[in-house]
Amino acid sequence: MTAPLPKGYEYVIGLEVHAQITTSSKLFSGSATTFGAEPNTQASPIDLGMPGMLPVLNSGAVDAGIKLGLAIDATIAERSVFARKNYYYPDLPKGYQISQYDQPIVQHGKLEIDLNGTRKSIAITRMHLEEDAGKSVHDLGVNVSHVDLNRAGVPLMEIVSEPDIRSPEEAGAYMKAMRTLVRWIGVCDGDMEKGNLRCDANISVRKSGEPYRTRCEIKNLNSIRHVMAAIEHEAHRQIEIYEQGGTVAQETRLWDPEKNETRTLRSKEDAHDYRYFPDPDLLPLVIEPARIEAVRATLPTLPHVLAAELGTLGLSADDIALLTSDKGYSDYFTAMLNAGADAKLSCNWLVSELFAVLNKTETPLENSPISATQLAGLVKLIQAGEISGKIGKQVFAEMLANGGEAQTLVAKLGLAQISDEGALRKACEAALAANPDAVAKFKSGNERIFGSFVGFVMKETKGQANPGLVDKLLKELLK
Amino acid sequence: MTQSLLTLSATETLAKLRKKELSATELARTTLARAAAIAPLNAYLHITETKALEQAAAADAAYAAGTAGPLAGLPLGVKDLFCTAGIKTTAASKMLEPFVPAYESTVTAKLWAAGAVNVGKLNMDEFAMGGSGENSAFGPARNPWDVNRVPGGSSSGSAAAVAAYACFGATGSDTGGSIRQPASFTGTVGIKPTYGRCSRFGMVAFASSLDQAGVFARNTADAALLLQTIAGHDANDSTSAPLAVPDWVGELKQVNLKGLKIGLPREYFIEALNPVIKAAIHAAAQRFEAQGAELVEVSLPSTPYAVAAYYIVAPAEAASNLARYDGMRYGLRVEGSGLIETYINSRTAGFGDEVKRRIMVGNYALSSGYYDAYYTKAMQVRTLIANEFDAVFKQVDVLFCPTAPSLPFKIGAKAKDPVSLYLEDAFTIPASMAGLPGLSVPCGTAAEDGVTLPIGLQMIGPRWSEGRLLQLAHAWEQLRGPFQIPFIQNY
Repeated sequence: MTAPLPKGYEYVIGLEVHAQITTSSKLFSGSATTFGAEPNTQASPIDLGMPGMLPVLNSGAVDAGIKLGLAIDATIAERSVFARKNYYYPDLPKGYQISQYDQPIVQHGKLEIDLNGTRKSIAITRMHLEEDAGKSVHDLGVNVSHVDLNRAGVPLMEIVSEPDIRSPEEAGAYMKAMRTLVRWIGVCDGDMEKGNLRCDANISVRKSGEPYRTRCEIKNLNSIRHVMAAIEHEAHRQIEIYEQGGTVAQETRLWDPEKNETRTLRSKEDAHDYRYFPDPDLLPLVIEPARIEAVRATLPTLPHVLAAELGTLGLSADDIALLTSDKGYSDYFTAMLNAGADAKLSCNWLVSELFAVLNKTETPLENSPISATQLAGLVKLIQAGEISGKIGKQVFAEMLANGGEAQTLVAKLGLAQISDEGALRKACEAALAANPDAVAKFKSGNERIFGSFVGFVMKETKGQANPGLVDKLLKELLK
Repeated sequence: MTQSLLTLSATETLAKLRKKELSATELARTTLARAAAIAPLNAYLHITETKALEQAAAADAAYAAGTAGPLAGLPLGVKDLFCTAGIKTTAASKMLEPFVPAYESTVTAKLWAAGAVNVGKLNMDEFAMGGSGENSAFGPARNPWDVNRVPGGSSSGSAAAVAAYACFGATGSDTGGSIRQPASFTGTVGIKPTYGRCSRFGMVAFASSLDQAGVFARNTADAALLLQTIAGHDANDSTSAPLAVPDWVGELKQVNLKGLKIGLPREYFIEALNPVIKAAIHAAAQRFEAQGAELVEVSLPSTPYAVAAYYIVAPAEAASNLARYDGMRYGLRVEGSGLIETYINSRTAGFGDEVKRRIMVGNYALSSGYYDAYYTKAMQVRTLIANEFDAVFKQVDVLFCPTAPSLPFKIGAKAKDPVSLYLEDAFTIPASMAGLPGLSVPCGTAAEDGVTLPIGLQMIGPRWSEGRLLQLAHAWEQLRGPFQIPFIQNY
C-alpha cells in the first residue's frame, strides 16, 4: 500500500490501455499475427506499405471491439470512421497509422474495480481500433537499426479511461480488472510480458476540490508493478515542483524501471502534428443493431455479474475474487457445481488442493490432470459422507497420479468409509476398553479428552470410519 | 499494310483475330514496331516486348483451341501507375525508377485474363500530378497532332500512344481530369467511370477519394469493351462498389434521343472558354436537338470553387499517400548521415517540383490550426458540388460541356505558372469531386498556328450511368461521322 501523498495532494490518473486483439490475421491485411515468428515473415505487401496496396478491414477485429464495448456497458457507434495518423518512422511503413480519431467505435463505458472488497466504477471515455506499428531494434549492431514488420498492422484496441483513478492501487486494480475482462471475453490474451497488453498513464496531482492541473503522460508501461511505481514517482516529482513554486510542463515521459524515475521523452512543443484526416481508402464503419445483438449473444456472464452470484453461495470475498479473476477458474468451478458438488466444498478443494498442486508444477488450470467432473465426483463422495476429508486427500493424490473416477478409486484402494454400525460399535468399545484412564478422566468432567477416543477409532480403522457415526456411538457408550 | 492494320479499331481487330485473318503474334510484332517507331513522342516509358510476344503466342494458342477471351491478342498500353508483376512500375517518378512490383493491379489482371497483350508502360505526369504530361521525371510525352504541344495529362502517354496508333487502347487514371482532358487533346475517346466502378488495388495512389481507373480508345465501342473488362467489384478495394457490370457493348445502340434532356451548365460556358470550343460544343448539342433531344440550360453554382477545393483535398490525400516513399523499403534511397537526412535526401532527389509542391500544400492544409479552414471547408464545398449535380440530374439526363477550356497548348507554355495549368482542369474537376462518370469524345477540330487540333465534348452523367454516356457518345459518333486522327509515319 503506497502512502497517501504529502501536503494534502491527491492523485488524478487516467489510463490508456492498448490491448492486442486475438485475431489470427491483421487489422487490414491477411497476414498472420503469430507471436515470435522470424522477423518480417508475417508482412504482406499491404503491411509493407507497397505502392497501390489498400487496406481491407478485418471484421473479426470489429466484432472483438463490439464485444469489449458491450462488456464495459458502452455505446457502440452506429457509424465510426478510420483516420490516418501521419508521422514518419521506419517501423511505420505507410507513413501513417490507421486509427480512429474523432469518431471511435465505442464510447461512454465503465469498468468496476475491486479494492480489497470495496468496489469502484471507473468511467471509460472511449475505445477505438487501430493498427500497431512494426518493431525497431537498435541494439543488434553499431550504427545500424533493424526493423521487424511482423507486428505492423496487428489489431489493437486503445481503451481510454476518464481521470477517475485516485491512487496507484486503483490503477493496479484497474489494470487487473481490464486484463481479466479482455481475457474473460476472449478478445486479448492479456499477456503483458509479450506486450499484448500495455498502458500509458496520464498523471497529475491536485489539492482536493481543485480543478485538474497539468498532466504528464508516461509511455509504454508493460507491467502492473511498473504502472503503480511510475504513477507514484511521477506524482511525487510533480508535487516537488509545485512545492518549490514551479509549474509542471505538459510532456510525454518515459518510465525507467532500473532507476525508478520518469524522464522527458518529448515536450509539448516537440509534440507531433499528426495531421489526422479520414482514411479515404476505407468506408465509414457502419454497425447494424443486428450485428451488435449477434455479438451480445456470444458474450459470457461477466466477472462482476458472476461475483454477485457467487456471493449468494456463501463463498468468501477472497475466494470470489480468485474465482472471478480468470474465466478458466470460474468455468471449472461452475462445471463442478453443475455436476452436483457443494459450492463451499468445491471451492475449498479447487483452491486449497488443486491450485496448490498446479502452482507447484506450474501447470495452468486448462492442462490440469484432474477435470472438473473428476474433482466434483470426489467432493460429492465427501458431502454424501461416503468418505472423510482425510480419505479424500488420499483419493485426490491417487487421482492426480493415475487418473480415474473418485468412486472407482475409493473401491480400488479399499478406502470406503465404514458405516456399519455393528462393526464400529465394536471398535468404539475396544477404544474405551484400551484407555480406562482416559475414560475415568472424561467421566470426572474432562470432556476435551473425547477427541482422543475418536482419534483412536480412526487410527484403528485407518481413517475409514464414518466420523459422524463414531461420534454418536462413543457418546452413547460413555453415557 | 502496316498502317491499315494499326488504324483498325479494337473491335475490328478482334474480329479479324477471331476469324484467324490475322495472328496475334503478327499483330503484336507490328504494334511493337510502331511503339518503337513513335519514340519521339516519348509515350512509352518501357516497351514490354517479351511479355507482349508471350501473351500474343498464348492468344494464338487460345484461338486455335477455341478458348480465346474477349480481348485475346489485342495490344494495349498501360499507364505506368498500374502495378504490373515483374515489370517496372515507376509512376513516372525517379522515386520509383527501380521499382518492380511483385503483384499485379486488379485492372491489368482483368485485361490479361481477357487475353489482352501488354505493349508497354506509358508515360504520365509524375504520380499523376499534372495536366500536360510535362511533370514526368522522364521527359514530357508529345501530342501526335503536333509534337510541339502537350497531349494533356496526367495520362499523357496513354492518350499519345492511342492517338499515334501504337496500341489499340490504353488504361488511364483520372483524379481531376487525367483521362478526359488528354482524350480531348488527342482526339481519342476517354472515359472515367463512377468512383468505385473499377478497383484501385495495385494503382499507385495519388488522391484515394478521387482516383479512378478508366480507358482510352479511338472510338466509343472500343472504350465500352475495354471498360467493361476492367470494371467490377474487388474485395481488395473497400471503396469498389459491389455492383454487377452491365454489357455496355451489347447495349450501345439501345438509345432513344427523342425526349432526351441534355443539360448545358451555364458555369462551363464562361469567358475563359476558347470560343471555337464553345461553338463546337453548341453545334454538337444542336445536332442532338435536331434528333428530338431537348436542350436545357442548367446551373451548377459551386463550379467556380471546385478547382480551389480540389487543390486542397487532392494534395492532402497525396501528402499522406506519398509518405510511404521514404527510401526505407523500396524505390530510391539517397543515404545521409542518419535517419532524418536519409529521408530528406531520398525525397528531395526522388520527387519532382510539382509533387513536392502538392505534398507541402497538402500537409499545410491538414495541419492543426489550419485543418478546419482548409480541409473541412474544401470537403464542405465538395458536398455542395455533389448536391448540385444531384439536383441537376433531377432535371436532365446528361450534361454536355467542354472537356477543356483550351486547345492543346505548347510544351512549356504554362510550365512556369502552376495555377494557369490547374485552371485547365476547371471543367473536369467538378465531376471528379462528385464521383460522377465523365467521358470525352471528339467533336471537331480547330486550326491554331497552322496546325489542326482536336476538340473534346464532355458528357457527365449521374452515378453508375456509364452505359448511358457510352450510348450517347456512340450516337454522337453516328451524327458526327468519321473522325480520323492523322496517321503520321515518322514524328
